Amino acid sequence: MKDELKPRIVKGPDGIEFEVDPLRDYYCEASPSVHPPVYVKIVEDFFNWARSESLWILGFGTGCGAIEMRPLMTPRFDAYRFGVQWRPTPRQANLLMISGYLSTKTLKRAIRSYEQMQSPKYVVGLGSCTINGGMYWDSYNTIKKLDEYLPVDLYIVGCMPRPEALLQGFEDLKQIIRAGKAEGANQYAEKFEWYKANQKKVIHDWDMPDYNW
Amino acid sequence: MQDLQTRLAQHTDLGEWTQQRADLAFVTVAREHLHGLLRHLRDHEGFTHLVLLTAVDWLEDGQFQLTYLMNNRAAARDIGVRVLIPREGADMDSIHDLWPTAATYQRELREMFGIDFPGSPRVDEEFILEGWRDMPPYRRDFDTLKYAQEEFAERPGRVSKDPETHMKQKLYPDGA
Repeated sequence: MKDELKPRIVKGPDGIEFEVDPLRDYYCEASPSVHPPVYVKIVEDFFNWARSESLWILGFGTGCGAIEMRPLMTPRFDAYRFGVQWRPTPRQANLLMISGYLSTKTLKRAIRSYEQMQSPKYVVGLGSCTINGGMYWDSYNTIKKLDEYLPVDLYIVGCMPRPEALLQGFEDLKQIIRAGKAEGANQYAEKFEWYKANQKKVIHDWDMPDYNW
Repeated sequence: MQDLQTRLAQHTDLGEWTQQRADLAFVTVAREHLHGLLRHLRDHEGFTHLVLLTAVDWLEDGQFQLTYLMNNRAAARDIGVRVLIPREGADMDSIHDLWPTAATYQRELREMFGIDFPGSPRVDEEFILEGWRDMPPYRRDFDTLKYAQEEFAERPGRVSKDPETHMKQKLYPDGA
């Protein structure tokens, strides 16, 4: 093993010594906490307005809906004019689009991505597969009801919804956020045990920490 | 492909020969002849490319049918070699020594049909499914609908219609 990969004691610039294990993954094991609204309503409304105008989508595609999102990034439909853009990492995004069927294997990755996103964060389910299973209603590895596993703020119906429907969905999501009703992240924190139980029910080889920002 | 059949029959005990198209034939052989036949086809008959290896579950006969499809690119011909193996405790000889890519197919068959290929690389590792605990899902006696109903939460209110009866009622409401 290379020297820089070995666990060792490091002395920081402030003189405090601490142990470093470069090969260990560091996670936050604390459960998520509820983020209360600002005390003054007008300030919270202002925050919500600002949030609604900055929908940054995590570029995480599942199922066929991932294809439907591509035209939105191009000049013909151009979602960027609505303040919507796609980001490459969960840390930079606040909107997770579940764009179609989720196999249990993908659900695991979706949960992990969702938990790494920073609050306030929103989830939109795309297409009938996320609502009631769609054409995968009798599949052996596809979940049928997304809101059992992640807090969904909005569903967009269709199989698949066209880009126009997605644009309308973004506008609807903005209305929900402005009304202060997009409380998915808080709901996830409040019912954390329930969500985790549901997730662990379908993901049999649970090999990730319970929470990882 | 008559010539090929004649040549092969000289040294291998061939079973049923099905000429699907002019350039595609299927032949059934016994399990012990498979490896030698595949090697012969690859080295002497120009079938150098393993197109796919797949299985069919003949539940009623208690058998799995393995199909090894090979392509002769120069002659633009395909041949499928079929082997029937018993369904109980199904296992088969690995052909990863002939085509290393076969190991991937064999891992898939191990996971989805439960056919073991002893000696094949990484055959016991998980391939597509993660944490699967039930019967291999491609076996025909695996009830996917029942599994999905028990395993995954369902949203109430979903209505499914049989397309045939639904369209009949819609188009001919009088029952004509």
